[in-house]
Amino acid sequence: MSTILEINNLKKTYNSGDRHLTVLEGINITLQAGDTCAIVGPSGSGKTTLLGLCAGLDRASSGSVVLNGVQLDNLSEDARAQVRNQYVGFIFQNFQLIPTLTALENVMVPLELRGERNVQGQAMELLARVGLAERHDHYPTQLSGGEQQRVSLARAFSNRPTILFADEPTGNLDEETGEKVEKLLFELNREAGTTLVLVTHDLELAEKTQRIIRIKGGHVVSDTKTAESVH
Amino acid sequence: MSDKLNPDKPKLNIPWLLKMAWRDTRRSRGRLLLFLSSIVLGIAALVAINSFRDSLQLAIDEKARSLIGADLVMGMNKEPDSLSLAIIDSVSTLGKRSDENRMMSMVYFVKSNETRLVQVRALEGEFPYFGAIETKPEEASRSFRQDKRALVDHNLMLQYEAQIGDSIRVGALTFAIEGALHRIPGQTAMTAAVAPVVYIPRQYLPETGLIQRGSRVSYYYYYDLNEAVQPDTLANKLDPRFEEYGMFYDTVETRKASMGRSYDELARFLALVGFVALLLGCVGVASAVHVYMRDKLATIGILRCLGMSGKQAFLVYLFQVMGMGLIGGIAGAALGSVVQLILPELFKTFLPVSVDAYFSVTATTQGVLLGVIVSVLFALLPLLSIRQVSPLITLRATVEHLTSQKDPLRWAVYILLLGFIIVFSRWQLGTWWQALYFTGGVIAAFLVLALLAKALSWTVKRFFPTHWGYVWRQGLANLYRPRNQTLLLMVSIGLGTALIGTLFMVQRTLLSEVSLSGTENQPNLVLFDIQNSQRDQVADLTKQEGLPILYFDPIVTVRLEQINNLTLADVRKDTTLEIRPRNFTREYRVTYRDHLSDSEKSEAGEWSEGQYKGTGRVPVSLEEGYAERIKVKVGDSLIYNVQGATIPARVAHLRRVDWNRVQTNFQVLFPKGVLEEAPQFHVLMTRSNNEQQAAQFQRRMVEAFPNVSAIGLDLILRTLEEVVSQISFVIQFMALFSIFTGLLVLVGSVNVSKYQRVQESVLLRTLGANKKQILGITLMEYMMLGILAAAVGCVIAFGAAWALAVFSFEMEFVPVLWPLLIIFMLVTLLTVAVGLLNSRGVLNRPPLEVLRREA
Repeated sequence: MSTILEINNLKKTYNSGDRHLTVLEGINITLQAGDTCAIVGPSGSGKTTLLGLCAGLDRASSGSVVLNGVQLDNLSEDARAQVRNQYVGFIFQNFQLIPTLTALENVMVPLELRGERNVQGQAMELLARVGLAERHDHYPTQLSGGEQQRVSLARAFSNRPTILFADEPTGNLDEETGEKVEKLLFELNREAGTTLVLVTHDLELAEKTQRIIRIKGGHVVSDTKTAESVH
Repeated sequence: MSDKLNPDKPKLNIPWLLKMAWRDTRRSRGRLLLFLSSIVLGIAALVAINSFRDSLQLAIDEKARSLIGADLVMGMNKEPDSLSLAIIDSVSTLGKRSDENRMMSMVYFVKSNETRLVQVRALEGEFPYFGAIETKPEEASRSFRQDKRALVDHNLMLQYEAQIGDSIRVGALTFAIEGALHRIPGQTAMTAAVAPVVYIPRQYLPETGLIQRGSRVSYYYYYDLNEAVQPDTLANKLDPRFEEYGMFYDTVETRKASMGRSYDELARFLALVGFVALLLGCVGVASAVHVYMRDKLATIGILRCLGMSGKQAFLVYLFQVMGMGLIGGIAGAALGSVVQLILPELFKTFLPVSVDAYFSVTATTQGVLLGVIVSVLFALLPLLSIRQVSPLITLRATVEHLTSQKDPLRWAVYILLLGFIIVFSRWQLGTWWQALYFTGGVIAAFLVLALLAKALSWTVKRFFPTHWGYVWRQGLANLYRPRNQTLLLMVSIGLGTALIGTLFMVQRTLLSEVSLSGTENQPNLVLFDIQNSQRDQVADLTKQEGLPILYFDPIVTVRLEQINNLTLADVRKDTTLEIRPRNFTREYRVTYRDHLSDSEKSEAGEWSEGQYKGTGRVPVSLEEGYAERIKVKVGDSLIYNVQGATIPARVAHLRRVDWNRVQTNFQVLFPKGVLEEAPQFHVLMTRSNNEQQAAQFQRRMVEAFPNVSAIGLDLILRTLEEVVSQISFVIQFMALFSIFTGLLVLVGSVNVSKYQRVQESVLLRTLGANKKQILGITLMEYMMLGILAAAVGCVIAFGAAWALAVFSFEMEFVPVLWPLLIIFMLVTLLTVAVGLLNSRGVLNRPPLEVLRREA
């Protein structure tokens, strides 16, 4: 098994006026291909910051992030964007679909950004897989929350990512819809063999991954394997 | 895996970016249309004016020869001497010649028993050789030359109810009206209105008695040259002698050039008014794109997150703006091409030729390109920030959405904007200095407004009235809270108000300059060409009619021969002297008296010696501007030539003259005791109480002294007012483009701010705020913005109008405040009205529906 994500001694600080705020410090995590992992912790503990750093959305103050063999720390914003496009899939709590694009076009964007042509078929397949083929020409505002998150799932897998980052994927959904989305997420992840990093408050959801990393006050307080890792 | 990654050169994929740009406009095409509408009118104005300029140039080129009616026209403003006659006669051997004398004189309409000052043209020969003197009946233009018959300006005939065959007296001779004069080669309707023409055969001129000593008569010679003779070569060859003898000339080419120049200047000025409208639209585009980009941050964040590079994101929105500019340019060019169809009708009183509007490919293409260029230039600043949008915005909406690094490209954009305004205004205005002044003015106005907006936000925050009611506090707080619209609205509304206000103020100043002259106790009747022998009789007749003699000045025609021993030849040789040769070749009409009039004020030297004692050089008093032009100061020496006799003079005194006063004013004043015996005529100024009295006086004067001309200032004022109102109508027409653009920018600016306010208004509604409270908050915010922006705009307009009046038009600034007051109230009301109209959607719908619709 190859290493997909390697975080070494990661630190993130912010300057807020005269104050120097340390959000994350001394983080060391390694994930192998196909791993599923949940990052949990109370609000303000630094979960989302960590996710952003792992996915190359932000730069660390010190330490390093190596994603799929590429060290992100020294890359420009545009180079990190290219890394994201090639290796990363995202699922957000508030779906983050582009409101001016239809469901199909939203799914096509990561592929089109790669310069791939005739991607409509692949995108339609993914939409069919999440059960929204017949809603392909609907705009996000015409879809329910659950439907939007399913489009978001299709988009996340469209570029065949090696790693998927999900930030509270069911946080904005009711229980029943949330369960359906969870099921779909894990199914798709399993089929694609993607490494999954989940940020969540939901311990039940976290238990469905192989590993739970607990963060508090910017530090990893525990890193445990779940029952799922046995299967 | 990492070998596939090439971080240095991400592919741009332009076709896909174009597709994305198009897709992304889907939910905002209405808003984009509103943005681009603000540049449409400015471009339309420019395309219309430039197309018209092209059409006019084409008409002038096509009809050039008929503009002067001959190959060569020579003329002079004094009776030709033997040297001038030698030239005139020698050119006659190269072709055919027609002679004409022109003078201002009274004519008397016998049937209506009325008199009128006209330009009498006594013509002999076959002029015009090209084109025609257009008359009704057509043959009258030829037949009037055979007998005592006259052609009379058709408007004059209508005014005095004269018919063909009626009698008209010119000087001492009566002519039968042969035809109505409709158009003379090269003459515009405007010049015909200022000085209506009466043609008479030249052979009868001596019998009219109009040519007396000192009479102001011009002599014109029209030539139809043999084909072998090149008029311009001939004129160039004779040019030094023309200047020496005080002659002037015109060929088809010189007339084309001078006409082209003067109409080009008019077109340039009007195009500048159009440019003002365009600039105003650009402010609208800049503010709209700024807000549009702010709304697009989330989308840009998602795209960045999915792997789009900063350059790609920038290009997506650059293409949108380019598309918007292209559509705006095309719409503006189309509208401008339609508008130019009505311009020939609008300008017809100023034009010497009839102009057919035609579609100008150059002007239209320029318009379309201009649309793209200005849209991109003015949108560049907000567009640049796209490159720095952080993908982190997808995880945290509250995150600082732009990366913190300073963008040096912003300075490049500032320089580009500045360069564009300077270069474009240079193109329209003609000189770099004017372009720099114009640009400086626009930027100063912009900075003043921006600073005031900042000061307003700071003041409201610093001295926030915490004890006020909730609605008032909330409305006020909207002026400084994050994502406020204070700066954008203050600048766009304020700049629009300033530009429109300046146009109105300048126009009112020009008009009041005319009407000022018609005030009480000023002369309103002028008699001139009064001979020495007629002086006392004319004074008696004036008194008999019960009219006061307000001014009665002798006028002597002189020429300048030397300035501090420098002659015409010297100043021609040495241009560094900066004295124009014309100061030597022109004639001056001077007077002599021992006192200063009430329109004159001493500036240097003494005029107590107003009586010449007969020793040394004659002391003269010069008007200060004239002294500056001929580069003399008190104590310098001059030599004047008074119709053959040389008079050595010294500059004893400098005067400031109020040229705006209705009275006889002079550049050169001689003392008493020098010019009394020189050939001269007199000018008398009086004031009649009513039109009947003036008409009766003029009739009696013409009967008794046919050579004396009288003109009512009422007529001059009426004519001037007509001229100014015609010009101001054209300016107003062009200003309409600015006004409508200003309105569109206002609607656009307020409309974009709606997107900032909608969410919080909905939240307030959700929390239980009622309609009245939301309305009150909105009213307060827009009222404050409207009042302040309009007030500052009006103050800037006042300053700009003052500067234009004093430095550009060189006239006394008349602060006419009512247009500014009206503009202030209208802009404030409009801002509030548009603001309230925009919040209707929030007030009348359930909060959830609004949120869904605006999402």
